[in-house]
Amino acid sequence: MTVTDDPTTNPGYKWVGTRPIRPDGLDKVTGKAQFSADLVLPNMIEGAVARSPHAHARIVSIDTSVAEAMPGVQAVITGADFPDLAEAGAPAADVRESKKIIARDKVLFEGHPVAAVAATTRQEAQKAAAAIVVEYEVLPHALTVSEAMAEGAPVLHDDLITANVEPTPETASNVASRAVQQRGDLDEGFAAADVVLEHRYTTKPVHQGYIEPHAAVADASQNGRVNLWFSSQSPFDIRATTAKLIGCSPSRIKVTPAEIGGGFGGKTVAYVEPIAAMLSRKANRPVRVVMDRHEVFLATGPTSGSVTNDGKITAADIWMAFEAGAFPGSPVGAAAMTAIACYDVPNFFIEGFDVVVNKPKVAAYRAPGAPIIAFGVEGLLDELARAIDMDPIELRLANAAEEGVQAPYGPVHPRIGMVETLEAIRDSDHYRSPVPEGCGRGVASGFWFNIGGNSVATVNVHEDGNVSVIYGSPDIGGSRASMALFAAEELGIDVERVTPHIADTDTIGHTDVTGGSRVTLSAGKVVVEACRMIKDDLRRRAAKTWDCDLDEVDWVDGQAQHVSGTESPLSLAALAGKAGRTGGPISATYTENVRGAGAGFSTQLVDVRVDEETGQTEIVRYTTAQDAGKAIHPSYVEGQMQGGVVQGIGWALNEEYIHRADGTLDNPGFLDYRIPVASDLPMIETIVVEVPNPNHPYGVRGVGEVGIVPPMAAIANAIDRSTECRLHDLPMSPVRLLSAINDRDARD
Amino acid sequence: MTRVPVSCTINGHEEAFLAESGESLLNALRDEVGLTGVKEGCGTGDCGACSILVDGRVTCACLIFAPEAEGHELTTIEGLADAGHLHPLQQCFLEGAALQCGVCTPGFLLAAKALLDKNPHPTETEVRYALAGNLCRCTGYDKIIRAVLDAAADMAAATGDAA
Repeated sequence: MTVTDDPTTNPGYKWVGTRPIRPDGLDKVTGKAQFSADLVLPNMIEGAVARSPHAHARIVSIDTSVAEAMPGVQAVITGADFPDLAEAGAPAADVRESKKIIARDKVLFEGHPVAAVAATTRQEAQKAAAAIVVEYEVLPHALTVSEAMAEGAPVLHDDLITANVEPTPETASNVASRAVQQRGDLDEGFAAADVVLEHRYTTKPVHQGYIEPHAAVADASQNGRVNLWFSSQSPFDIRATTAKLIGCSPSRIKVTPAEIGGGFGGKTVAYVEPIAAMLSRKANRPVRVVMDRHEVFLATGPTSGSVTNDGKITAADIWMAFEAGAFPGSPVGAAAMTAIACYDVPNFFIEGFDVVVNKPKVAAYRAPGAPIIAFGVEGLLDELARAIDMDPIELRLANAAEEGVQAPYGPVHPRIGMVETLEAIRDSDHYRSPVPEGCGRGVASGFWFNIGGNSVATVNVHEDGNVSVIYGSPDIGGSRASMALFAAEELGIDVERVTPHIADTDTIGHTDVTGGSRVTLSAGKVVVEACRMIKDDLRRRAAKTWDCDLDEVDWVDGQAQHVSGTESPLSLAALAGKAGRTGGPISATYTENVRGAGAGFSTQLVDVRVDEETGQTEIVRYTTAQDAGKAIHPSYVEGQMQGGVVQGIGWALNEEYIHRADGTLDNPGFLDYRIPVASDLPMIETIVVEVPNPNHPYGVRGVGEVGIVPPMAAIANAIDRSTECRLHDLPMSPVRLLSAINDRDARD
Repeated sequence: MTRVPVSCTINGHEEAFLAESGESLLNALRDEVGLTGVKEGCGTGDCGACSILVDGRVTCACLIFAPEAEGHELTTIEGLADAGHLHPLQQCFLEGAALQCGVCTPGFLLAAKALLDKNPHPTETEVRYALAGNLCRCTGYDKIIRAVLDAAADMAAATGDAA
C-alpha cells in the first residue's frame, strides 16, 4: 500500500542517523522518571506474596486465618480466589498460565506463589505472608533436562503428552514437544565431508538480570474496571493475561505503562499484575506489589539451560533438549530455526525437545534460544577451522548465507548482511592487529530473525506547530529518540519540536510486545506513515488556502511551498494556527500489522587472557560488527550492541543458576549471581554495518537481540586458542577452566 | 511500631521525618520523604541503584538504617543539578547516551560524583573501579565510562584546571 523508498538512493537525511539527546533523558538523569515501584496512589496499600519453599510439592492445605488477623492486613488471597480456568474449559495454555501466576494444587518450583496479602505497609504485608500456613506433601523433583527425561523421573504434569511425535505417547512425561527442521540427505552430506566433528554442549539457566524488579499498582473499582500501572515490555499482552486470570474482559482493564528498568525479554509476561489486581478487588483499595531481588531470581524467567549434540558444516545433525521451567515453552523451536541460519548448509537434521523441570517457567531472553545453540555450532565451526587449518572468518565467508539462499527455516533470504559483518571484522583494526602477547583470539557469528507485528501511531500537530507522536511500545532502550527522529525527518522540522508519548491501553490501539527487535522497525513504520498522512493533509490545507490544485503544493523543509514560487511558503506553525479554518485539528492515525522484518547478523571478535594459576579469563579487547539495516540513532544502536555483548560475556564466564540437592536455588542475589561490572571489562568497540532492509521505508532491521548470540562461542574459541582447552559447558568459570587446564597438563 | 524522628540535611535543606527504627534509609527516603529517584534494585548492597552521598561518601541507602542519617548531609539524585543547571555528569550522560532504561542512572551519577569530587582527573581504570559497585545491565558500561571521563574533562576545562 505504500511506496518503499530505496534508502541507498536516499542518503540525504537531515535527522535520521544523527545523535540528539533522547526525549526522556532529562527525567532519567534527575530522578523524575517514574518506574512502577515509584507510583503512589491515594489510599494505597502494599502487597506481598507467599511463595513455595519447595521445588515440587502437593499443596495439602492453606490456612490464612492467622495472617488475616494480623495488624494492618486488608486482604488475603490464594489460588481459590481466582476463577478456575480448568473447570471453565479454558485452553491448556491459559490454565497453565494461571497456575504459574498462583499455584492451585501443586507447587512446581521454589518461589511459586501460593498466596498473597495486602496490608497497610509492606512490612506488615510481608509479616502476614510469612504467617500463612501451607501444609505440603513434598514430591521428588527434576531440575535438569537429563533428570527430567530420565526413566522414572518425577512427572510434573500428569496431563502433559509429548506433542509432534509419532505415535502419540499414551502416558504423560516431562517432554512437552518435539521441534524439527530438516532438508537434504544427511548421509550424503557427511559422506562428502573430509572432516566430521561431533560434541556435546551444555548451558546453564541465566537470568535477564534487569536492575528494576517487577512491580505493579492496581486499582479495582466497584464497577469491575481495573486501572493497572506496571513496567513491562507488553502492556497489552499482560492486560490480556490479567483479564483471563481475574475473570473480566481485557477492555475493562486500563494499563498505563510505567518507565521500564530493563527487561531483555523477561518483562513480556505477567507475574505480580494479576495478583495486585485481585488483592485490590478484595481489599477495595489501590494495592502496590513490589518484588524484591530474591523473588526476581526465584520466580521470574531465567532462560533455558540445555544439552546439545552437534555435527558439521556440509551437513549438520543437531539434537537439543531445552529446559522450559515448570511449564512448557522453552525457546527450543527458535533454536532449531536459528542454529545454522548464518550459513548455507545443504543437508541438515535438527531436532529439539521442550522439557519441563522444577524451575521457574523460562521467559524470553534476548534472541531466545539462539545464543544457546550458537555456543555449540559456532564453537564446533572453530574446531573445524582449526582441524583444516583455515582462517575462521574465511571459513565462515565460504559458507555464509546471502541473498537468494533459502534459510533453514524456509524462506529465501532477501538482501542480508551476514557477509558484510564478516568482512567488517576481517577488515577491522582489531583483526589486523597482532594477537597480544599471552592472549587468544576468537571469532563467532550470530543470526536473529527480528520481527514486525502490530503497531499504531497517532501524530497530533499542536497550534504552535509542534508535534506529538503517540504510540504504544514501552521504551526500553531509547526508542522514543528514534520515533522523534523519524517524525522530524518526515515533517522536515527540528527534532526538538517532536514529543513522543507512550500511551495507555485505552488511548492507543493494540500494540504488540516491545520485543523481537521490532519497535524501531514497526513503530517506526507506522510513525513514518502517520507523518506522511499529516504531510498530505497539510498540503491539502495549503492548496485550500491558496485556492490551487493539490499537485501545485510541495512539502519542503517543514513548510508548504507553491511550485510556482508565487506564494509565500506556509510553515507548519502557520498552517497549525489556522487549522480550524482549513478542516479542523491536524491529526492522523496509522495502523498496520507490519511485515518484512529484516534478519539481523552479528560477527564478533574477542581477545582473552587466561590466568593459568586461577582459571580467570580477562576480556582484553572486544569488537562487534552488526547489521542494523539503518541506524536511526547510532548511539542507541551501539548501546544495544554493547549491552548484548556484555550480557553474553556474563553468560560465558560467570552466570548460572546454582541449585542445592533439595531443589532450592543457592544464589538468588547479585552477590552470588555475578553479572559483569565495569572493572571486568574493556570498551566494547562497535562497527555498525548498514545493509538496508528492502522492506522498510528507512531500511531498518532491528538491533536489540542478535548481539547476544555470538559472545559465548567467541570467548570459548578464544580460550581454546589461548590455552588449548576447549570448553563445551557454560559458564567457563575459573573453577571449570582451571580443571580443564589441569586435565590438559595431566595429558601432556 | 516505634517510629523515631530523624533530622538531617537532604540536598541542602533541613528535613525531618519519622522512620521505624529498623527501616532502611532507602525505604525512608522513598516512602517518607518522597525521593523516588533513589532506586531499589536488590536491597542487599549488591547493585548500587540506591547509591546516595552521605557527607560526600557514596553509600548504599539500603544498607543503613534511617535513624543513622541523624545529623548527616545527604545528597540524592534530586539534588545533583544546581539551581536548574545540570551537573556536568548529567549533561555528559545525556549527550553520550550513557543510559538506556535509566533505572541504574541515579546511582551511577552519584557514585561518579563522589569519584570526581575526590579525583578530578581519573584514568579509565580508576573510573571502572570506582563504579564497580554499580550494576548496569543495559549499556555494557562503555558509554557510562566515556561520559564520566568526558565530564571530568569538561569540569577541568571549566575551571581552567589542566589534567
